[in-house]
Order: sequence, then C-alpha cells, then structure tokens
Amino acid sequence: MSDHEYTPKSKVGKWFNDRLPLLTLANHLTDYPTPKNLNYWWTFGGILTFCLITQIVTGLVLAMHYIAHADMAFDSVEHIMRDVNYGWLIRYIHANGASMFFLAVYIHIFRSLFYGSYKSPREIIWIIGIIIYLLMMAAAFMGYVLPWGQMSFWGATVITNLFSAIPLVGEGIVTWLWGGYSVDNPTLTRFFTLHYLIPFLILGLVVLHIWALHVPGNNNPVGIDIKKPSKDTVPFHPYIVIKDGFALLMFMIVFAFFVFYTPNILGHADNYIEANPLVTPAHIVPEWYLLPFYAILRSVPDKLLGVVAMLSAILILAALPWLDTSKIRSAVFRPLYKQFYWILVADVLILGYVGAMPAEGLYLLIARVATAYYFLHFLVILPVLGLKEKSLPLPLSITEPILGGSPNLSTAKNRESLKN
Amino acid sequence: MKNLFRILFLIISLFGFQYSSNAAEKIEYLKTDWSFKGLFGKFDRAALQRGYQVYTEVCSSCHSMKYLSYRNLAEKGGPEFSEAQVKAIAASFEVKDGPNEDGDMFTRPGKLSDKFVMPYENVKAAQAANGGAYPPDMSVLVKARKGGVDYIYSLLQGYEEPPAGITLDDGVYYNKYMYGNKIKMANQLSDGLVEYSDGTNATVEQMSKDVTTFLMWSAEPHLEARHQMGFKAIVYLIILTTLVYFSMKRIWSGIKTEV
Repeated sequence: MSDHEYTPKSKVGKWFNDRLPLLTLANHLTDYPTPKNLNYWWTFGGILTFCLITQIVTGLVLAMHYIAHADMAFDSVEHIMRDVNYGWLIRYIHANGASMFFLAVYIHIFRSLFYGSYKSPREIIWIIGIIIYLLMMAAAFMGYVLPWGQMSFWGATVITNLFSAIPLVGEGIVTWLWGGYSVDNPTLTRFFTLHYLIPFLILGLVVLHIWALHVPGNNNPVGIDIKKPSKDTVPFHPYIVIKDGFALLMFMIVFAFFVFYTPNILGHADNYIEANPLVTPAHIVPEWYLLPFYAILRSVPDKLLGVVAMLSAILILAALPWLDTSKIRSAVFRPLYKQFYWILVADVLILGYVGAMPAEGLYLLIARVATAYYFLHFLVILPVLGLKEKSLPLPLSITEPILGGSPNLSTAKNRESLKN
Repeated sequence: MKNLFRILFLIISLFGFQYSSNAAEKIEYLKTDWSFKGLFGKFDRAALQRGYQVYTEVCSSCHSMKYLSYRNLAEKGGPEFSEAQVKAIAASFEVKDGPNEDGDMFTRPGKLSDKFVMPYENVKAAQAANGGAYPPDMSVLVKARKGGVDYIYSLLQGYEEPPAGITLDDGVYYNKYMYGNKIKMANQLSDGLVEYSDGTNATVEQMSKDVTTFLMWSAEPHLEARHQMGFKAIVYLIILTTLVYFSMKRIWSGIKTEV
C-alpha cells in the first residue's frame, strides 16, 4: 500500500514485524499521505467510526440488561431506565446515537455526491459504503423494534408485510420472517439476534471501506488526482488526526445536547406505550432517517411496485459511478451539476417531510412529484449532464489555487512551459 | 472554519425541520412554568410531594404505577420523603405475598422494596370496572403522550359541556384537549378535593400542576441527574474543543492551506 518500505528500528520489532507486519500497518496509517485541502465535510468518516464504536459499546451494556421476550422486553427497558446504574445514560446515548449516526452518514454520502468521490478509481469504496448504509438501515429498524412499544410492534408489522408484495412466495416469506402468523415473540428474538450481529458485519465492511480507500487515497475538494506523497499532501498524523478530532468534538457537543436535554425528541411518544396487537396507532411513522424512502414507498399506488421503487431508490446509488458520465469529479468545476445537486438535496428533504405526513391530498401529490424527480436525477439528468455540460478548467495541483494562482489550466500550463 | 458553521447550521435546521413536522397538528395547550425545564431544571420537591398525595388519593383508585417502588419516593431527585415517612406510606398498603410454608398466599403491610400496589388484579378486571376502558398505567404516561406534561396538565382541566350537536354516550365525557375530544374518564378534580398537608390551596389548577409534576418524575426519575451531568459534560466538551482548536491551528501553521 505504502510507497516506501518500513523496517522497525528495534530487533524485537523487526522480529515481530517479519512474522506479522502490524508495525508496517501502523506506520502506513500514521504516514498515510492525505490531501492537505480536505475541508470539514471530510471529517465525517472519522465521526462515523466513532458513532459505530459508540453504538457497539453502549449496545453491549444494554444487552446485558435487556430481555428479548415479548412479555418482558418493555419492562426490562424501564428497568434499565430506572434501576440500572446510569442505565438511562447508556440507553439515551444508544437511542440518540442511532440518529446521530444517520445524520453523519447522510452528510458523508452527500459529500461524496458533491465532490464526485464515487468516481473511478473509487467505485468499490462507494459500493461497500452503500452496503454499509443498507445494513445500517436494517440494524436501526430492528433496534427500534426491541423496546417493544407500539411503534416498534406496528413498524415491524408494516415493514415485514412489505415482503408479502413478492408474487407467489410473498406470504410464505412473511410467515417465515415472523416465525408465526403475526409479529410476536419469535420475531422479537430473531430481530434481537440480527440486531446484535449486524454491527459487527458493518465493522468488517468498514475495515474493507478504509482499506479500499487507502489504495487510491482520498479524493479532495478540487477533485483532481494528486501525487502522493508530495507538497499537496500531509501525513495523516498529526494533521488529519487533530482536525478529525476537533470536528468530532464539535459533533459530540450536539450529540450531548440531544442526550442530556431532549433525549426523546427524535422518538415517537407511542413507543412508550407497550406493544398491543389489538390497538393500531393513528399514524404509523418510521424514524426520521427512513422517511424519504417511506415517502417513495407510499407514493406508488401498487404495493409491489412501491416496494420496488423504494428498493431501487437505494440500489440506484450503487450504479452511480456508471450513471454519472462526467469525468470531472468535483462539483466546484461543474456549474450545472452544482445546481442540480442542490435541487436533489432539496428533493430528498421534501421527501422526508412528506414521509412524516399522512399520504393523502397535496402531500401525496408532492411525494409523487419528488419521487419522480429523484429517479429523473439519477437516470436522466446525470448521464446527459456528463455529456453536455461545459465544465470549468481544472487546476494542475492543489497548491495552484491556494498559492494565489488562478484555477486555470492554460495559465498553469504556460507557467510550466516557461519553467522548462 | 466557515464550512464548520455551515455544517452546524445544517444540522440544527435539519432537526428544527423534523421537530416542526412533528408538531404539525399541534393544539394549543394550557401553559404553566415547569420547574424541571431548561438547562438546570429541577423538580419542585413540595410539588412532587403534593402530587404524590393527589395520585394516592385520587388517581390510584383506577390508575396503576407498576414501574414505581415505594423506595423511589425517598430517593434523591424525587419527592425525597424521609425514609421513615416512606416506610409509613408503604406500610399503609396491603401487599399480597407468598406462598408461605403451607403453600398459601397471604397479605402483609408493604415494604420499601415493594412495587406500588395495583388497583386491579389485571387488565380485564380494570376494564370491567371502568365501562370497558382500561385506565392506562401512569408510570411513563407523560412520555407516552404527544404534548407530554402540557397535554396532561391541560387534559385535567379540559372538561366542558359538549358543544351543541355532539351527543355523548353514557360514561363518555367531553374534553377539549383529548384526541377526538371524547374521554371515558370523568372529571376527577374539583376545588378543595384533597387537603394538602402543607396548607397549599387545592385548586384544580394547583392539583393538576402538582400531579403532572409527579408524573414527570415517575416517567423520568433521573431527570435531575441528567441535567446536572449534561451541563458538566457540555462545558467539559467546549473547553476541550477550544484547546484542540488552538492545538490544531498550531500544528497546521506550517502548512499553507485553509483549516
């Protein structure tokens, strides 16, 4: 991976490193040449690692006290909140941690969209990222079921019922998922098992995600390929470590505010009512981070097609490196794409909003238009734009625009030729 | 740095947006100042004790509080009755225990470790005694209702004559804050219903406020500890962030780029 060979100084170190090159790895991670112009949107990778670890650690403690049984789950959560030492803290960190995790992952994804980080040679990093995102949604959904409140129960009923849309085998699959003929204790225990498993799968994929990142190195706000190491890069430690640390601390302040002062604002009141199969809540709403996809699901009148649309909305992202035909990565040099990018951001926010509203009247109409636009963006606008758009000239290096030179290819080339 | 503020702004507006979408169907609730809101919010000890009195004398004949134990009444951050007081409170309840050595169930006076005695044997019995409606357990009620404390506080004072054109079945009452306006619980509070031991005038408004404060505590017994720890945690984080910011500036000072 690294361009230079590393030999430990001490004899013991060398002996160990020849057998298991952990020191080489540590050296690679410390020296890893990183573009020096990364902005704060790039700090969310580190923040996400923190979120994952936080969820795993708090989750382990919660699992020590939680009882995965339909008759006892709700009681055991209240036991954690009342009688376990600092149980309220652990649970509120875990519950709000899920929201913070998604907040960070959305920023991370949209950063990638803006700066074209998914483009060659980083397609694999991007696809692994999409798989991580899918697993996150599965983990979050199953985690929300565990407290066994009304929203847990009915959310689980609605989402698992989506599988019944599959022709022929649908009903059978739903019964198989439930382990019975409705959401009940067998559903709860298997969701608990999977909720415990998935974070470790995510952890493994994160290692692959970072490994794949370290092959070509980071993209950067200018989006051009840079020589590594060079005057355009800084070693990961201490430069990026301290910057990521600073951004993480800012993020933690926001996180702490939610945990300590409004711990329930992102949840739904109905989830403090114990699950009751005989009483359906007035509105069944998923957690905020799933709302855009919920809006897409409900905007299609046919159940099967709705499910297909919802899944496609996520899977289409995996094809993005090939749907976007432009060779220019950063939106900074793509004036038209930049505008469409912000329209897409607005579109997703609108979808999230109508996802929280009842699917009727004007809300339904807005959801349909926004869904259509979402697909239009990826299937039509991006491929066409890449071929038609007149992009701005790219600088030769990162140093170029910063040192006061114009981000202009021809002037830069002239200067190069003068030097020679 | 500029970008950082943009990110923060985005985060805050995102959550503001989420919050406003939650509050879309908001009804105007009655307002009162709650002592437990805000960065340093604490419970009003006297209000909690009065609230407990209202709960035992009025609510507890139908509503259970299954997650509370008598010991909680003496714990820090709660009503903080003295241990002797709570022992006396617990002993005033008959608790079913057993089986004893002969295999029989028996009753004994309550102890600190006992859960609050339930008004009914089970949900069916509660429904049978209340015209088919189950009086919900009140331990986490405040968190289980949209509008939280303001909703409960308003509901207790929201009984009125139904507007013309609305007919109510037997055992159904009109309440302007209830979802759908129809409630199966009759108006329970009237001025002077309980006699507060601390001499406070027991108006409906006062009793509603006291019992709602008590319910907030029962739903969030560690609220005071949470606020105290939160303040310390955030101050600590802000100081650390500032130090890290200046270290970062120092480290990056040799590099010509914007941090």
